[in-house]
Amino acid sequence: MSTSLASTPASPAPSRFGYATGLSCRECGQTYPLGSTHACAECFGPLEVRYDYPKLDRAAIEAGPASIWRYASLLPVPPDVATTPNTEPGWTRLVHAQQLGRELGLRSLWVKDERANPTHSFKDRVVAVALAAAVELGFKVLACPSTGNLANAVAAAAARAGIRSVVLIPSDLEPQKIIATGVYGGTMVPVEGSYDDVNRLASELADDREDWAFVNVNVRPYYAEGSKTIGFEIAEQLGWRLPEQIVVPVASGAQLVKIDKAFRELVSLGLVEDTPYKVFGAQATGCSPVAEAFRQGHDVVQPVRPATIAKSLAIGNPADGPYVLDVVRRTGGVVADVDDDAVVSAMRLLAATEGIFGETAGGVTLGVLRSLLASGQLDPDAETVIINSGDGLKTLDAVAGGLNTSPAIRPTLDAFLAFEASQGGPGGDQPL
Amino acid sequence: MTVSVRIPTILRTFTGGAAEVATDSGTLREVIAGLDASYPGIRGRIVDDAGQLRRFVNVYVGEEDVRFAQGLDTPVPAGSHVSVIPAVAGG
Repeated sequence: MSTSLASTPASPAPSRFGYATGLSCRECGQTYPLGSTHACAECFGPLEVRYDYPKLDRAAIEAGPASIWRYASLLPVPPDVATTPNTEPGWTRLVHAQQLGRELGLRSLWVKDERANPTHSFKDRVVAVALAAAVELGFKVLACPSTGNLANAVAAAAARAGIRSVVLIPSDLEPQKIIATGVYGGTMVPVEGSYDDVNRLASELADDREDWAFVNVNVRPYYAEGSKTIGFEIAEQLGWRLPEQIVVPVASGAQLVKIDKAFRELVSLGLVEDTPYKVFGAQATGCSPVAEAFRQGHDVVQPVRPATIAKSLAIGNPADGPYVLDVVRRTGGVVADVDDDAVVSAMRLLAATEGIFGETAGGVTLGVLRSLLASGQLDPDAETVIINSGDGLKTLDAVAGGLNTSPAIRPTLDAFLAFEASQGGPGGDQPL
Repeated sequence: MTVSVRIPTILRTFTGGAAEVATDSGTLREVIAGLDASYPGIRGRIVDDAGQLRRFVNVYVGEEDVRFAQGLDTPVPAGSHVSVIPAVAGG
């Protein structure tokens, strides 16, 4: 059944799912009413939200709240979503990274810094949209399989909304992410195995528990739309224009695909000029199935068993991998990977040049930016945006090892002067 | 000598709503053929026209993703559990 009103000349009216009109399969085009299905019954392809957007202007968006809800009209959420209890994510800083840009020889570099979200990663955006849709769909429990950041976001959003949460995590997750989930009081289930094992369990459970909304499984079509807001914000913060190059970390690949979708929607709504842009995907070498498929020229992604410190990107069987390849190839970008040493080095560089302590995924993104600049695949004169998707405080172990921490000194001036001399003296090239 | 197959919600229209069904052991290809004999049409939802597993289906024999084993040639011995799951999940 199609509820599309696309040919209606009058301005469409929003429902409890905003201007969303239905779901359609990305693979075969089969349409479905708005509901809690995520895969096509004909071909298993992913379902995507379809809309019939009204005319929108920049001023109306600019007058909206300083959160993702300024773009509520472009999401499958009720018009009053901003007034219901939620974590109000988004509207994070787009940092003009001049020192880092100089260091890398880039003319104009920006960092979209997702640490400022309520649980310190971009996952608050997707969860907020999933929560709003889940409530409308009648679900009672908010659940997810997670590599950590999503667990934090789901547990927090459910707490704020006053509903139960159940999160499934690989048992070897970073302790910071486990603590930062448990504190919200939901149910947390550590599972033996990799994220892909946890994901499989969640998919089976989602078929078994009718009133559980697994945000990234049975309400994934709505959830994934939340990542569009990263693209909307980047364009608005650049003064309503698109960057020329953007580097995005790839785990499932949904974030990259949705940023591209956001750019195209802004163009089709006439909110930005249709200027060319290239999308680049970043993976860690220890989990680089999409980069490998890109190199091989394949359009399917062969799953791998992950082994990397970038656990938030350690998805060996990425659901949106084929679509990442489509977007990157269509726009003239590249999917590349860097090893864990390069990830740590990039995390330090981002912190030391811009005061941004990003998590390992941010290190992967900056590491790939450096690598693509070195190989000449990225244009140093083109305006470039990179995504720092999370907070380094959640992945402390990655950088703790090599830090130069000195033994304690006595609380005397002499002791300090002796320390300073041992470091090359005052004004030396070893800043304290 | 049978194996049990877990059917995802979107294919339960074929199995009269059953979440788990039994069929004969063999290779995964034979198991899917066995399913199709009992529930005509179900094979075409799992396998494409070229006879390959569809791009967005994950099939597990026990705990093993068959893409890490021998794909449709993966042995499914008697007593095994097979699970068919939409791949579009996670992240």
